[in-house]
Amino acid sequence: MKAWAQRFLRWESMLAAVLVLEFVLFASLSPYFLDLYTLSDATFNFTERAIVALPLAMLIIAGEIDISVAAIIALSSVSMGLTASSGAGTGAIVCAGLGTGLGAGMINGALVTIGRVPSIVATIGTMTLFRGAAYAVLGDRVLKEYPESFAIFGQGYLVGALSIELALFMVLALLSGLFLHYTRWGRTIFAVGANPVASRFAGVPVNRYRFALFAATGLFCGLAAVLLTSRLGSTRPSIAQGWELEIISMVILGGVSVWGGKGSILGVVLAALVFGLITFGLGLMNIPGIVMSIFVGALLIAVVATPALLGRLKAGRA
Amino acid sequence: MKIRARLGDASRRDLAFGALTLLLFLAVTSAFPAFASPRNVAGLLDDTAILVMLALAQMLVILVRGIDLSIAANLALCGMLAAQFDRAFADTLAGAGVPLVIALTLLAGGLLGAFNGLLVWKLRLPPIVVTLGTMSVYRGVIFLLSGGAWVNENEMSRGFVGFPRIEILGLSVLTWLAIFVAAVFIVALRRTRLARDLYAAGGNPDAAAYSGIDAGRAQFIAYTICGAIAGVCGYLWVARFAVAYTDIALGFELSVIAACLIGGVSIAGGIGSAAGVVLGCLFIGIIRSSLPLVGISAFWQMFINGAVILVAVLLSARQRDVKRHILEARA
Repeated sequence: MKAWAQRFLRWESMLAAVLVLEFVLFASLSPYFLDLYTLSDATFNFTERAIVALPLAMLIIAGEIDISVAAIIALSSVSMGLTASSGAGTGAIVCAGLGTGLGAGMINGALVTIGRVPSIVATIGTMTLFRGAAYAVLGDRVLKEYPESFAIFGQGYLVGALSIELALFMVLALLSGLFLHYTRWGRTIFAVGANPVASRFAGVPVNRYRFALFAATGLFCGLAAVLLTSRLGSTRPSIAQGWELEIISMVILGGVSVWGGKGSILGVVLAALVFGLITFGLGLMNIPGIVMSIFVGALLIAVVATPALLGRLKAGRA
Repeated sequence: MKIRARLGDASRRDLAFGALTLLLFLAVTSAFPAFASPRNVAGLLDDTAILVMLALAQMLVILVRGIDLSIAANLALCGMLAAQFDRAFADTLAGAGVPLVIALTLLAGGLLGAFNGLLVWKLRLPPIVVTLGTMSVYRGVIFLLSGGAWVNENEMSRGFVGFPRIEILGLSVLTWLAIFVAAVFIVALRRTRLARDLYAAGGNPDAAAYSGIDAGRAQFIAYTICGAIAGVCGYLWVARFAVAYTDIALGFELSVIAACLIGGVSIAGGIGSAAGVVLGCLFIGIIRSSLPLVGISAFWQMFINGAVILVAVLLSARQRDVKRHILEARA
C-alpha cells in the first residue's frame, strides 16, 4: 500500500494525471478538440521549446543552467537568414543554423569551465551578447529569402497528421531518455549534479561533462532555430523572445531540481505536453495566453513547495 | 600597499571602475563637447534613474544569495495599480493624489516582494524558481486587473504624470529620487547593523547562523525592500512613459541583473557595493546615450552591454580564484 502510494505521488504520475484531466476537460468543453489534425496543429506551439528543454534538463541536473537558449535560437536564425540571402541552398542554411548553435553553446561551456564564471552569470552575459549580436546585424530588418524547400522542417508532415517537428521531438526525447537513464554517461551527469567535488575525486572529468552539455544545449537550440525559422519563414532579431524563462519553467515543471542531481526526461516530456495542451485548450476557449501564465507560475511554485511542505509535515509528526 | 590595506577589495574595484566610467565620459566629451552640457547630463541621469533604483534593490537580494526575476513584473503590476488608482480617485483627492499613489505602490510592491521572501524563507524554496513563478503570476494578474486594456496619458491626472518631471535645480524629481535612494544605500550599507547582517548572511549563512543572524529572515527583509522599491518604480515608470499596460518593462529583470553584475555584485552572495552598482548603471547609461553621437546604430547597445558583462564577470572570477576553492583542482 505504501509503495503504491509512493508511486502515485511520484512527480511523473501526477503530471500524467494532470495531462489526462486536461484531455478530458478540453474534449468535453470543445467539440473541435478531439480531431486528429487539430491535435497535430496543437503540437506546433511547444515542440521547438520542448526540444531545447531536453538538453537543458540534463544541464540543470548537472547543476548548471543556461539562460541564453532563446538568444542562441535568435543568433542561429540570423545566421541562417544571412546564409539564405547569399543564395545558398537548404543544406547550407541548416548547417549554418546548427553550427552557430553549437558554436554559441561552446562559448558558454568555455566561459563556465575555463573562465570559471558561474553559469547563471555567464549565460546572462552571453544572452545579452548573442541577442545583441542579432540586433546589431539585423537592426529592424527582416530576413525572409528562404528557399521553398526550407519550409519542410517546420511545416512538413512525415505521415498523415504526424508533423516532422513532432516526429523529431519524439525521437530526440527517446534518445535523451535512453542516454540519461540507461548509460554510464547519464549516471555520471546525475553524480556531477549531486556533488561535483565528490565526482571530481571519484575521477570524473567534471568540466568535460559541463562543456559537452553546454555544447549540446547550443546544438539543440540551433535545431530549434531551424524548425522555428522554417515554420515562420522569416527571421527578426526578436525571434523567440522570452523563451528562455518558458523553457526553464518547462524543465522545472517536469520535476527537475534546480539544486541539481534530480529529474527525468519522462517528466520533462510530460511537462511539455501539459504546457502545450493548456496553451491550446485555453486558446480553444478564447482565454488569453497571459491568464495561463498565472496557472503556470502557480504550478511552478506548487511543484517545489509541495515536497517542502510534505517534508515539514513529516518532520512535525516525527 | 598602505592604500591596499585600508581599502577593501570592493572599494578598490569601485575606485578603478569609477575612474574607467569617468574616462569614458571624458573621452566622449572630448570628441563631442555637447555631451557634457548640463542639459544632456540631466537627460542622461533621468534616463538612468529607474535602472539605478531597481539595480540597488536587486543588489540587496543578490547579496543574500537570492535573485528576483519578478522585479519587472512587480513594477508593471504596481504601475498598473497606480494608474488605475489615479484614474478612479484623482478627481476626488486632488493634491493628495501623488503621495497616496506612492504610499500605495510602496505597500503593494512590498507585499509582492514579501511574498517571494516568505516562500524563500519559510519553505526554503530555490529563489530562482520562486521568482520565475511569481513573475508569471504577477504579469497575469495585471491582465486580470486591466482586462488587457491600456491606461493612456489622457486618462491620467496632470499631477500624476507631472510629478517625476518637476525640475529642481536643473534635475528632475525622478533623478533626485534616484540620488536619494543611492545615498541612503551607500550610507546604510556601510553603517547599519541590518546591512552587516545581510552581508554576513550572504557571505556565509552557516557562520552567520552561529553568530545569531537568521539568514532566512535576512532574505525575507531583502526581498521585501526590493519589492517596495520596485513598486514605487512602477509608478515612476508609468508616469514617465505616460502609459500603463500589461507588458511594460517586459524582460527588464535581466537588464537589472546585468547592471548589478557590471557593478561588481557577486551572484554567489555577500559581495557588492552600492557605489559599484550606481557606477555600473551610469556606465550603461553613458554608452547608451553616446552611441548615436559616435554614429553607431542604437542596435549595438545590447551587444556592447553583453561584452561589458562578460569582461566584468571574467575579471571578477579570476580575482576570486586567488582566495577561494582550495580543493578545486582543475578537472
